[in-house]
Amino acid sequence: MIVAERKPFDEILEMLAPQKRVLVLACGGCVTVCLTGGEKQADELASQLRLAARQKGMDLTIESDSITRQCDREFIENLKADPGQYDAVLSMACGVGVGFMSELYPETPFLPTLNTTFYGANTAPGAWAEYCRGCGDCVLAWTGGICPVARCSKSLINGTCGGTNDGKCEVDQEMDCAWLLIYKRLKELGRLDEYRKIRPPRDHRTDRGRGVRRLVHEEMVELEEEESQA
Amino acid sequence: MTLPVSRFQEALEAGEFVVTGEIGPPKGTNVEPVIHEAETYLKGNVVAVNVTDIQTAVMRTGSMVGCKLLLDRGIEPVFQMVTRDRNRLALQSDLLSAHILGIRNVLALTGDHVAMGDHPQAKPVYDVDSVGLLQAITGLEAGTDMGADMKGNPNELDGVPTFFKGCCVTPCTEVVEPQIIKLEKKVEAGAQFVQTQAVYDPATFETFMKNIDHVKIPVLVGIVVLKSAGMAKYMNRGVPGVQVPDAIIQRMADAPKEDRKKVSAEIAGELVREMKPMCQGAHLMTLGWDDVVPDILEHAEIKP
Repeated sequence: MIVAERKPFDEILEMLAPQKRVLVLACGGCVTVCLTGGEKQADELASQLRLAARQKGMDLTIESDSITRQCDREFIENLKADPGQYDAVLSMACGVGVGFMSELYPETPFLPTLNTTFYGANTAPGAWAEYCRGCGDCVLAWTGGICPVARCSKSLINGTCGGTNDGKCEVDQEMDCAWLLIYKRLKELGRLDEYRKIRPPRDHRTDRGRGVRRLVHEEMVELEEEESQA
Repeated sequence: MTLPVSRFQEALEAGEFVVTGEIGPPKGTNVEPVIHEAETYLKGNVVAVNVTDIQTAVMRTGSMVGCKLLLDRGIEPVFQMVTRDRNRLALQSDLLSAHILGIRNVLALTGDHVAMGDHPQAKPVYDVDSVGLLQAITGLEAGTDMGADMKGNPNELDGVPTFFKGCCVTPCTEVVEPQIIKLEKKVEAGAQFVQTQAVYDPATFETFMKNIDHVKIPVLVGIVVLKSAGMAKYMNRGVPGVQVPDAIIQRMADAPKEDRKKVSAEIAGELVREMKPMCQGAHLMTLGWDDVVPDILEHAEIKP
């Protein structure tokens, strides 16, 4: 899932400053699960903004709504509010949601309330950690299911560097050395030979090296075209 | 057997116990003091001098120019290259440039993370790792770069460089097998010599050397000169893979301030003397105290 963190309140207030009528729009996807952009957080932000507006004497009307996912056209009809009727929408979605909604409503500014941080999993109550970088060339088959691209601070592909310290990374004493984890896991699995193989430098074309990445299922495109012609 | 490309390689192949030194370029353009120190204390005492590459991710003058200044003064440099700051285009380009300038020894390193230095906002590059860099150098020596033409054939070079290629290893880390496996990969990728991370415990080093008996390239044991007991304690806390035994810390603590350099040189010299039979050389990292090098060599019973 995509993990995101709430932006500082003052930053949100600042980007909102010239607007009079604003919709806070929650997203029911990943950001609801990681407790940053769901209905509850949207209502909280709306209350905080109303309070701040009253204190600062700002002429600001705040309403809120939510949608199943802001990254999917099919849920738009479930909106109770019409984004086009507001001066701006404060989106509680990840960057994908903000960007996609901005395309769907070109007349309305969609402003981000979150910083989209990583692809992660819930590791303990209230805690999420990064497991994937979306590099476009998955290596987990030979690294014991532990991603060196996402979980080694240098994204190394041939093993530990000299910065491994008591199993931790030189960057942060709270951070595990991913390559030590990979080494231990491969050893347990009896597959240390995977560590011994030299891995060639990564091909960054799959990892933003060629700009915006897209996925197109040609057969679906063709089917859609046939249906529209029929 | 191909001919050695540098005096450093030649000395190791001749079976000499080889000592190398190290300088760190300054933050700023005032490079004269460090070059002067190298000329005064390292020239003639060590076979080659490493020039660090933006060491500990603290922005400073580059390694290549430091190497060139040493060459101009008759001192053989070891060009340190980290993969933290340059992608494969820049690394390969700098290797060609270095060869044109007459630089022949290269040490391939991953490099401390930018988070450790004074520009933590910088983008860490790591396009290739140290193994990839060694592969790239080996490729250049074979006349091709890492790229390919439209048909998928490797790009050919017009003029081919040759280097004596080195790598690093951390012998005194708590779990050493992954370090050894990575060393094997570095050798497979073309490494011809090793300069180790700092060692203060000859017994641990002896075990390490037995464990890498199958790795057939010369090893220069790394010696970091201690400046104070506080520095030793700091390294034990914060520097990965470095353990200074209590007895050594105590010797530094007991030394009066004016004798610290003397005691530090004694400690370093004794460590080299003790580990001399176990390896093929020593790499002295003096961190600016270049004037202690003659003293260290004397305590190590090594004639320059």
